Amino acid sequence: MKSMLNIKNLSASIEGKEILKGITLEVNEGEVHAIMGPNGSGKSTLASLVAGKEFADVTGGSITYLGKNLFDLNPEERAKAGIFLGFQYPIEIPGVTMVNFLKTALNEHRKHKGLEPLSAKDFLKLLREKKDLVEIDSKLTNRSVNAGFSGGEKKKNEIFQMAMLEPKLAILDETDSGLDIDALKIVANGVNKLKRKDNATIVITHYQRLLDYIVPDYVHVLFDGRIVKSGGKELALELEKKGYEWIKNQVNGN
Amino acid sequence: MQNKTVISDIEREFVDLYKENRSMFEAKTSDPVNKIRRSGVRDFERLGIPGKKDEDYKYTLLQPLFQEKYRKYLEPRKVEFDLANVFQCDIPTLDAHLILLVNGFFDKKNGNSLNELPSGIIIGSLASASYKYPGLFEKHYGKYASHKDGLVALNSAFAQDGIFLYVPEGAVYKKPIQIVNLVMAKEDIMVQHRNLIIVEKNAETGVIICDHAMTPNKFLTNSVTEIYTAENSSFDYVKVQNEHNNAIQFSHIFVNQEANSNMTSNIMTLHGGVVRNNVNVLLNGEGAENNSYGLYLVDREQHVDNYTYVDHAKPNCISNQLYKGVLDDSASGAFNGRILVRKNSQNTHAYQANNNILLTDDAKIYTKPQLEIYADDVKCSHGATVGQLDEEALFYMRARGIPEKEARLIMMFAFAHEVIGNVKAEALLKRIDDLVEKRLKGELSPCDNCAMKCY
Repeated sequence: MKSMLNIKNLSASIEGKEILKGITLEVNEGEVHAIMGPNGSGKSTLASLVAGKEFADVTGGSITYLGKNLFDLNPEERAKAGIFLGFQYPIEIPGVTMVNFLKTALNEHRKHKGLEPLSAKDFLKLLREKKDLVEIDSKLTNRSVNAGFSGGEKKKNEIFQMAMLEPKLAILDETDSGLDIDALKIVANGVNKLKRKDNATIVITHYQRLLDYIVPDYVHVLFDGRIVKSGGKELALELEKKGYEWIKNQVNGN
Repeated sequence: MQNKTVISDIEREFVDLYKENRSMFEAKTSDPVNKIRRSGVRDFERLGIPGKKDEDYKYTLLQPLFQEKYRKYLEPRKVEFDLANVFQCDIPTLDAHLILLVNGFFDKKNGNSLNELPSGIIIGSLASASYKYPGLFEKHYGKYASHKDGLVALNSAFAQDGIFLYVPEGAVYKKPIQIVNLVMAKEDIMVQHRNLIIVEKNAETGVIICDHAMTPNKFLTNSVTEIYTAENSSFDYVKVQNEHNNAIQFSHIFVNQEANSNMTSNIMTLHGGVVRNNVNVLLNGEGAENNSYGLYLVDREQHVDNYTYVDHAKPNCISNQLYKGVLDDSASGAFNGRILVRKNSQNTHAYQANNNILLTDDAKIYTKPQLEIYADDVKCSHGATVGQLDEEALFYMRARGIPEKEARLIMMFAFAHEVIGNVKAEALLKRIDDLVEKRLKGELSPCDNCAMKCY
């Protein structure tokens, strides 16, 4: 199996406070990884660093993506290389329509691959196909990006964008938070439909619930900036049953 | 405004120039105009050019701008050009009725000095109209433009021509009337034209005014436009200012709105050295609605100062102001917006917003909203913001593969579009969108529309 993402001994701090304390994680093509952990354990920091957000200082270690040093690429280059971050809190961009936003993004991806921009007709066709896939309200694509969307619509919109851009590596940062069970199923369903042998998904979540629908190959528990436990999908169930206190106690040697 | 006891050399020069040429001026226009002319020179002599201490001009120092040795042409200069070859408007193929003003004088090269459009609309030279329609001038000319501002008084004294637009009762003309206002000369000149627009009861029309400087000389334009909208009428005013760094423009607009009339102004400053726009609105009849929009996109050393004054003189009126600006490099700007709600003007709705994006640490904006409310049953709000582009939104777009430069452009355009989106004529809206996009991309030079390419 081809290695896709290789994080080695990654440390990072924000304003002098150490958030990640030596993370090592390898993700191969075709795999689904779940990263679980309590609030403040460093999950979102890890996701943002892979996507290229410059808010944490990397103090050590490396991230390699498809053989390339990820720190050499800016966020847009990472996106075009196939990395997709599903935001925990999708950003509202008033005045920029979803259609314009997606068309610009998609054509940048195509340009990167040496393809011509899509014709208006083909673009709309693709838009319709993908809309059906994630069961997103048609009207939303004519509105400004995320502006006035409900919490559930925003999350569905992330999966919709993922469907449009067809990434190689998708990192979904707490995509389940704030979703009711129906929306959760739709989101999970979308992710499962987009799964292929040559792509990979990292699902970051607080709760086990999402993993009933997106079944992971590996589960990692992140605690205080370290991956303290890794295992198969049963680890998520165990965690759900015993709670994060169990992990805390193990780490603290109680 | 304070009275001045001592007037400067430059102000004295204006007064003397007026006195020497008084009979020539008075021969150009009819009595109602000349009456205002005489009070104009008296008021200017008393007030002079607004100075540093004038609160309304606090952020634009005027005196030095008048120091240049501008030629003040008192006769229309013969400017040889072939319209089709020289000038291609940046709003091409717009299906509009085209009117041309060259250095402040109506250009009748392609027609008569007064033209009749369908529905009985009359458009043409202000000077000619003052003779042909003295009654209209008696009733409206100089009745809305207040001489409290020395620059307005100066215009009244020197005004010789400009645009006259008369929309008779019930006339509805949807095709926009495009007024192209050119300054072009081989020397530095000062231009002071005067426009009068009368929209009678139940009439409906709109104009778009495009300002262009066609030669690289220094220009100073001090124009006054009076607009009267009668009961139940509707009027759209769009102005696109696209001059160059050597061009200075003072544009004073005075609007008098009668009951249930609706007026929208949209002033877009794309380029200019120093630009000052004064928009004065008197809501003089119940149920009147005014929308004033402004957009300024400036860079380098450019300076744009917008001043608005909305007087809610009658109850049940609505006013809405939205001014937005993007300032780059060392550009500077000001917004000074005043709303007055008089004691008996109950059930007034008055809103004002000014939003700015500063792209560099050197760009500056001064914003000063003022609300004066004397009635007790009103809904009013005002707000001003100054900020940078939203970094979170930029990252969001970049995370989808959109390059940073493009992401910034998209956001600036979205910011600007909130103003442009209020242009009612769809064809025009689309074209102004294109123009603004070009401007934001740095692809629009003030000379793009000119075949001379003097730079």
